[in-house]
Amino acid sequence: MITDRQVEVSIAILLRAGVLLAAAVVLLGGILYVAHSGHKPANYHVFHGQPKDLRTLGGVIHDAISGSATGIIELGLLVLILTPIARVVFSVVAFARERDVMYVVMTLVVLCVLLYSLLWG
Amino acid sequence: MTIALFTAIVFLGALLAGFLGALTGLGGGVVVVPLLSLLLGVDIRYAVGASLVSVIATSSGAAAAYVREGFSNIRIGMFLEIATTFGALVGAYLATRLPTATIGMVFGVVLLISAYFSSREPPQSDAGHPPDRLAHWLKLEGRYPTPQGEQSYQARGVPLGFGMMFGAGALSGLLGIGSGAMKVLAMDQAMGLPFKVSTTTSNFMIGVTAAASAGIYLSRGFLDPGLAMPVMLGVLAGSMLGARVLVKARTRSIRIVFALVIVALAIEMIFNSIKGRL
Repeated sequence: MITDRQVEVSIAILLRAGVLLAAAVVLLGGILYVAHSGHKPANYHVFHGQPKDLRTLGGVIHDAISGSATGIIELGLLVLILTPIARVVFSVVAFARERDVMYVVMTLVVLCVLLYSLLWG
Repeated sequence: MTIALFTAIVFLGALLAGFLGALTGLGGGVVVVPLLSLLLGVDIRYAVGASLVSVIATSSGAAAAYVREGFSNIRIGMFLEIATTFGALVGAYLATRLPTATIGMVFGVVLLISAYFSSREPPQSDAGHPPDRLAHWLKLEGRYPTPQGEQSYQARGVPLGFGMMFGAGALSGLLGIGSGAMKVLAMDQAMGLPFKVSTTTSNFMIGVTAAASAGIYLSRGFLDPGLAMPVMLGVLAGSMLGARVLVKARTRSIRIVFALVIVALAIEMIFNSIKGRL
């Protein structure tokens, strides 16, 4: 018999793995970024946003696969953003196994907000 | 300044912010944003974007430690996340529309309030209150370990707590911070939950709340890879270090020092906003 607590602990361990994976990807991209562009001047005084391909899921994945340093960093950030979303998905499953309809619905509402922000925000 | 030097400075600053944030329980975001915008002249929209990312990293990274202790209440957390995630959407949309001086001003005020609460001893919540029907229907109750054995608790003041959580979410989305302090306030003061349950459940909620703004930040170009990289790695490493030290250190004096630093940053933030320098 698996208890709530054990489910929670395994989710938390998965979350930490997700964060470490994200950090590793960001670090890899970061090393490439500093190696290639480290000598250029840093300019963050004026806000001009990011190029279009770094603003969408598809664009980030495309850039990362083509080996762009900023694309790889941004992919790591996406992995990171996905960790709490994964936690909510696991919670839906956990509540469903307990046949707690009210909490399945609540968790789905939270999940919809998260997906809305990521996909159509 | 070259990108290499800038990255190194930001990483060290973020490391310190994450360390102090973990020691005081306020999180790294409240230090990272002023550090970037005041000291390094980074546009506040880039600063809040990078900070928000680091908030997700610390929350998810610390989850394992918190869950093992057995204090966090997943139902209470999930119910209140409905409020925080909707709030976060509103906050993030505001961040894309409000002038930077307004964001800086709100940030300064929130910093001052945080400083006040971080310097205070955690107040005792009154555990014994009459049964609350709404809380019971929503299953906002549980048991937690104490030195005297397992104790049961139940929430009260659900509408007020829910409303405060919406506000906490909006601030998180607007300022790129975890707003853990306000979440704890909503749970232990407004809803009468035990302090330990409030702090651990708050940590669990912070990552989900921040993820709700992250998508909007991404599509509006707030997430700059070159800046978010050292901030995320620095805050994450710093907070892991801080969590280790926390077990041994007496935090009372650190809290006071940290509160003073925050007051100074807050005043600087408000002053610069008025002068139109943010």
